Amino acid sequence: MTSTESTDVVVIGSGFGGAIAAYHLAAGGARVLVLERGPWLQAEEFEHDFKLGSSYTRVFDFVVGDGMSILGGNCVGGGSVVYFATMPRAPRFVFERRGSIGRRMWPASITRDTLDPWYDRVTEALPVTRQSWEKVPYAGGLFAAACAHAGRTANPSPSAVDVDECVNCNWMMAGCRFDAKRSLLLNYLPAAVAHGAEIRPLHEVQRLTRLADGGYRVHYRVVDEEDYRILHDSGEIDAKLVILAAGSGATPVILQRSEPDLGRMPHAVGRYFSGNGERLNTAILDEDKVRDVLGLSRPDGSAYAAYQIGRGPTVASWDRLDGSLPEYERFSLEQLYFPPGLGTILAQVPGATGPSWFGLEKKEMLRQWQSWLTIFTMSEDDNEGVFGPPPETGNAHRLSMQMLGDGPLRYRPTANTWRGWSLSDAAVKDILERDGLARVAPWTNDLVGAYTVHPLASCRIGDDPATSALDDRHELRGHPGIFVTDGSAVPGALTVNPALTIAALAERAMPGIVRAARERGVAVQYGAPAPDGSTAARVAVAPTV
Amino acid sequence: MQPDNHDVDPARTATIEAYADTVVPGAKRSPDDRAVAGAALGGGAVAAGAVELLEQPGGGLAEALDSMVYTLNDHAAGYATAHGLALDDGVPAFVALPFEHRTALVLELTAPEHPEKQMWVALALFSNMAFDSAAHLTTADAFANRHPGLLTIGYFPPDADGLFRFPQYSYGRALAPLHPQTTVTGDPA
Ligand SMILES: Cc1cc2nc3c(=O)[nH]c(=O)nc-3n(C[C@H](O)[C@H](O)[C@H](O)COP(=O)(O)OP(=O)(O)OC[C@H]3O[C@@H](n4cnc5c(N)ncnc54)[C@H](O)[C@@H]3O)c2cc1C
Repeated sequence: MTSTESTDVVVIGSGFGGAIAAYHLAAGGARVLVLERGPWLQAEEFEHDFKLGSSYTRVFDFVVGDGMSILGGNCVGGGSVVYFATMPRAPRFVFERRGSIGRRMWPASITRDTLDPWYDRVTEALPVTRQSWEKVPYAGGLFAAACAHAGRTANPSPSAVDVDECVNCNWMMAGCRFDAKRSLLLNYLPAAVAHGAEIRPLHEVQRLTRLADGGYRVHYRVVDEEDYRILHDSGEIDAKLVILAAGSGATPVILQRSEPDLGRMPHAVGRYFSGNGERLNTAILDEDKVRDVLGLSRPDGSAYAAYQIGRGPTVASWDRLDGSLPEYERFSLEQLYFPPGLGTILAQVPGATGPSWFGLEKKEMLRQWQSWLTIFTMSEDDNEGVFGPPPETGNAHRLSMQMLGDGPLRYRPTANTWRGWSLSDAAVKDILERDGLARVAPWTNDLVGAYTVHPLASCRIGDDPATSALDDRHELRGHPGIFVTDGSAVPGALTVNPALTIAALAERAMPGIVRAARERGVAVQYGAPAPDGSTAARVAVAPTV
Repeated sequence: MQPDNHDVDPARTATIEAYADTVVPGAKRSPDDRAVAGAALGGGAVAAGAVELLEQPGGGLAEALDSMVYTLNDHAAGYATAHGLALDDGVPAFVALPFEHRTALVLELTAPEHPEKQMWVALALFSNMAFDSAAHLTTADAFANRHPGLLTIGYFPPDADGLFRFPQYSYGRALAPLHPQTTVTGDPA
């Protein structure tokens, strides 16, 4: 069964890029339809449960590629529902990066200074707040103390968690039961709906075709609500303007599949993918040393043994975010929690004599799980990911009814990428093996390749048409009326968590997108306040639009 | 979804168990347990429910298990020949392999260059997942049944309503100097 509807704007995906666009366009008066492949869950549906089929596997997505696996959200709200809500701004030097292309990767119009007012808009909207040491969970405190012991600095990271509401359950990856985490379900999306936007969950967009009037037809399939391997009806929606925000692992795939009808895609569609230079190390702490060397103890008498307690990453070390260091040698380190199920298999036994990721020694390591500390590196990779031919539907061949699939991304880390990873491995060892505090080993890349929760750059903005798919207004080169506002538009690795930068870029793109919609005959205006009505940040950006 | 395994072949189950036990080894369930090698103390992936998890149709491996079992035993027979090992032919070849050889074979099959790597990694991933997160049970039931994996890793149990909360969570004090260039918003400069 196929039916054709029409609207002003179709937004594909409801993560940061999609939600922000949907809100501004709807608030400005456009008819907006959001198509999201995943289900639409509310706080009371977010379970603390590892069972296959619980909210945890319904809202999560894990696509294994050739040399790189991507973790992300699969629900209304996208990655914001499963994310850890650590929301720092990218350091100034990031915008000056050249990467492998021999020229500045970012458009000339974007620097940290020009992006700051747009960062402000997002921090007001979610909101994002500065954090205090008093409320940093044990794991973050431990990492901070170890950094200080090693002569380094550490900072509580800015966060979009309302810490007064947070119970430190560390179930953020299954969605926040307590609405303490400021996901998009609490701000941009309900505000978009209040302004008339319609969100359709379980609608997976497959491709776009061009209409005679310069608009686009969006082709989707309805996804089974329990078994995502099953696709039901198909449908089509005609729109004057399309916002593509399916995430860096899906946006280029939709465009590749659309190429036979739309015509040639820019060279950079599906190229220059970055995993944000991610790398993980797991440390197994010696509890006695934690007490004796760092002087830490908990009310129950233990020193640490609290891996399970907290709210993801809360403390970061920014000593290597130094713009005077050479490119590929700068990175941040962040304490992290990763739940069992996904978070133990790749951890390797430090100094293993047999297999490092399974077997006898691994089981012994698992016995000490509460004394683990995971350290997350975000470094400068080389944009070396390339997407192969698209799968039949979606962006992956789905293996399990939910969560697990394999996709067409190929990633072979270059020597540059390895330089950052090796330097950061050494830094983690220096901090955590000092005075016998812990034993440390990086996660293996042998099983699912490298892995990222921060996919970026697969359809990026830039000034050079040869190496960027979008112009600096986020319009797809050669395909007017298609805009990309998700993480795929970010030019490269950021050395910090990316969601705030993705969101700030989407905010920055909105005045131009509204203008383009008007030129296409949509009655829409730019100028909505923050979703809760706050106006300080809107006032601040007004002179720039 | 319920596993559909009423009339599965015991040799098939034993082979899967032996693989899962190689990933997370455990104690023998009885003195004549052949599938579980008994290489480690306490329950391993098998006692944790690896077979139940793998047999769930929703997991995606259930349909492939027959052919995986066949292939695994084929590899095991080949491995035995190559290493001059005589195998007891009363049990499947992989089950007949001593633990250290099962381990060596799993290492070979999951190595980056092995053409079937993805399938053997997936089998290991699910075996591990049964142990460390009991993904075939609700987490509350897993605790009620004293799930060996969750107990081994020391996972703290939920409150009576099935939700986790940790009222004590912080050392409550500054533990490192801030980066000197931190901005007023608490960001890197
Ligand atoms: C476990 C985890 C923790 C994280 N923690 C942090 C953190 O602390 N700080 C931070 O900055 N970042 C974090 N991130 C990353 C952050 O979530 C992402 O960078 C961000 O969500 C990306 O936004 P986006 O708009 O690019 O895409 P997404 O948020 O991924 O949204 C894309 C949406 O499109 C949907 N979609 C995909 N294909 C289709 C299709 N064909 N049709 C319709 N819909 C489709 C997806 O289901 C998804 O909802 C984390 C990610 C994970 C997985």
